[in-house]
Amino acid sequence: MAIAVAEKPLEMKDFKPEVPPDWCPGCGDFGVLNALFQACAELQLRPHEILVVSGIGCSSNLPGFFRSYGVHSLHGRALPFATGAKLANHAMTVIATGGDGDGYGIGLNHFIQAMRRNIDVTYIVMNNEIYGLTTGQVSPTSEVGMKTKTSPHGNLEGMLNPMALALASGCGYIARGFSGQPKHLMKLYADGIRYPGFALIDVFSPCVTFNKQNSYDWFRKRVYKLEDTRHDPTDFHAAMDAALQWGERIPIGLFYRSPKPGPSLHTQ
Amino acid sequence: MNESDVIIGIGGAAGDGVASAGNTLALSVARQGQGVYAYNSYQSVIRGGHSWLRLRISAKKPLNHGDQVDALIALNQDTLDRHLQELVAGGVALYNSAKLRPSYKPRAGVQLCPLPVADLTPAYRDLPVMQNTVAVGAVIRLIGLDFAGLESVLESTFAKKPQVVKVNMDAARAGYEYAAAHFQPLPSQLHQADQKWALVTGNELIAMGAALAGCKFYCAYPMSPATHILEWFAGHGKQLGICVRQVEDEISVINMTIGASHMGARSMCATSGGGFALMTEAIGMAGMIETPVVVVNVQRAGPSTGVPTKTEQGDLTQALGASQGDFPRIIIAPTSMPDCFTTPAVAFHVADRYQCPVIILADLLMCEGNETVDPAFLDVDFPINRGELITTAAGAAGGRTSATEEPYLRFKVTESGISPRAVPGVPDHLYVAGTDEHDEDGVLISDVYTDTVRRKKMVDKRVRKMAEVATELPAPRVEGPIDADVTLVGWGSTWGVLTEAVERLNRDGISTNHLHIKFLVPLHVAEVSASLGKSRRIIVVENNQSGQFARHLRAETGIVAHGHIRKYDGEPFEPKHIVAGVKRILKTGTKVVDVLSTESGWQTEHPTGTSGDWPGRRASASAAVRTEAAEV
Repeated sequence: MAIAVAEKPLEMKDFKPEVPPDWCPGCGDFGVLNALFQACAELQLRPHEILVVSGIGCSSNLPGFFRSYGVHSLHGRALPFATGAKLANHAMTVIATGGDGDGYGIGLNHFIQAMRRNIDVTYIVMNNEIYGLTTGQVSPTSEVGMKTKTSPHGNLEGMLNPMALALASGCGYIARGFSGQPKHLMKLYADGIRYPGFALIDVFSPCVTFNKQNSYDWFRKRVYKLEDTRHDPTDFHAAMDAALQWGERIPIGLFYRSPKPGPSLHTQ
Repeated sequence: MNESDVIIGIGGAAGDGVASAGNTLALSVARQGQGVYAYNSYQSVIRGGHSWLRLRISAKKPLNHGDQVDALIALNQDTLDRHLQELVAGGVALYNSAKLRPSYKPRAGVQLCPLPVADLTPAYRDLPVMQNTVAVGAVIRLIGLDFAGLESVLESTFAKKPQVVKVNMDAARAGYEYAAAHFQPLPSQLHQADQKWALVTGNELIAMGAALAGCKFYCAYPMSPATHILEWFAGHGKQLGICVRQVEDEISVINMTIGASHMGARSMCATSGGGFALMTEAIGMAGMIETPVVVVNVQRAGPSTGVPTKTEQGDLTQALGASQGDFPRIIIAPTSMPDCFTTPAVAFHVADRYQCPVIILADLLMCEGNETVDPAFLDVDFPINRGELITTAAGAAGGRTSATEEPYLRFKVTESGISPRAVPGVPDHLYVAGTDEHDEDGVLISDVYTDTVRRKKMVDKRVRKMAEVATELPAPRVEGPIDADVTLVGWGSTWGVLTEAVERLNRDGISTNHLHIKFLVPLHVAEVSASLGKSRRIIVVENNQSGQFARHLRAETGIVAHGHIRKYDGEPFEPKHIVAGVKRILKTGTKVVDVLSTESGWQTEHPTGTSGDWPGRRASASAAVRTEAAEV
């Protein structure tokens, strides 16, 4: 007795649950979440066909603030969980989220392996260069010399470069956004979700409470969009050059999109 | 000893072809209707070392690898030196006389069977491994079986290479005929039987049992002694429609497995103790988000890297304590190789029904051992019941539309503690499964909304699931005379050895029975307490140092065993160890008997020299080495 009713187009509000985020006021993750609402509405994805898998950390609370199926898994383990889920149900759009500590620290091995494996999962990393949920310790993406509770004399270790690592690991879609520019971010998400393989979107998502160094202003002064330059995202070497840029000018946007994407693991 | 029971020992260095000679022999006798139980004691080297494979062969299916050697096939001098002294009157030693000679005189009544391999097969010049074929041919004659079994095995093994079949067949026949003409047959002779057998390992049985129970996702990282499960799945997954992945580490393995299971696919992974240790955090996750998962731990001797090629039952405490906090888990220890086949179906059933992690505790002994099973036993249809699983928008209730239905609560508090589980992808059942404490609807109550009442309610709901599990699983029953003086209590792989030990003890006038535990958690406390309440003397037998099961038994039932027989030298129990251990406990009142395999074959010269000189290698001292029983 099914009566065909044209489904109403989905809007941002269709992805907003009743539970409001518990992030600190001003947290970069709000921008990340809003852009994700927009991207899913843009793509007209139905909530029950989306699985958002996260690890542990402030940013990993995101599935609780997004109306879809969600899994708030273990610290660093969002990607293996998401991989298993995609392999078991190819019809789902699987999005993994987490922070820099989660993905580039404790979960780094899985990050590299997932890119090498090319599983069709979109991975959004909210990169704030600090451990926020544990109230301010040094992270793999903290700058050298940065003072935190656990590096009171300045961070001695070099920054991990996720963009260069992704290029070297065979990732076919590599982008970076800034939560201060949600519209741009939304476009990167939508493209990444459409991309038929593993897609990395690293997002500068400032921690207003524990990282006073890498603030909105700090990023605003430095970031520029690759789309506004002559950057060719199909050029691997140009992408590597962009990935290695850090300091006064930091590129955001689409770094690399493989001109010949290999098949996703789940289709083989 | 049963008179139609023969134990053949094949020894050599890694690379000498011990395992393949053993396999050819096992298949050949199985095709003559003989049951086989094989245990290979080997080392973690690709070349060198000493591999010692024992095959127990009998028309009545053997339950363990026994405790002596009737026929020795020595593939190198080291093997001949080590094991010749273990043979007793009536025993035979086969060796290639072109290469080896005994360095001491065997016991009286032991028959030396030198095989002039170079004269028997011209192929030996280029292919030293032909000595194995000749020896297998010869031993088959000496145990009284037909050449036909070996013939058919060689034909099927080398089916694609007729030339190789001929060379091997000629060599095997030459060995068979040479033995007929020159040697006396063994005192106990085997007789051809009609039974058909399949020769399999416990690892293969676990994999096949899981596949038949509907496993659709299998993931692992290579780790001895569980690797062959992965290899079996990798070889058969495509044909059977099972997704099989080898991934970067056991952490990834278990998270991926739980991820696949979360989407509704029956999923399993396997490892050994070290890999299991890496999995423990995620086992707690499965408990918290109530996603079923089956994890196999094929135990090997620990701690840490331990002795990777040796057996132990040393991970019970680890399994009991895997992961933080209180959550339902089920732990099952298969009791024999055939039991490895049926256990995954039970594990999947209870995992799905109670939405919790299920740990299968197997061990190297039964997983790498070869055993014959009746092919009819493998031809089953396991009933598959996925429990309270929602796979359509209509939900568990069915029929009602989403508009009138109450909102779906993934973690709904119910009397049984079981909440209907919607598979992601189904419309109108959205939820987040969180590893943080959460309310019935999945919303976290760990951070902002911490709430003592709701927290307790959710812990109680999950734990309540365990109340029913034991009623669904068969309780252990005492085997042997009810009113016995001694009750042996074992768990897992020791069932076959204990069964034989009980027979022998009763024959020796010590009335003994046997309680064997397969379901460790939940333990059938009432039934076990009732059974053991009647026992006059309880002796717990286990393959570890500290008595992990004895402690578990005491914790769960309050029962304190009177005696313990333990072994943690890397090698499995043999029936004689148990018999001697029980006698010693009865005679001396000793509480704990630590068994050590002391036959010279188990000992090695070690370049560090810290273990000192040992008599086994030296011919002059051979008479001093006792072989009847281990020093218990």
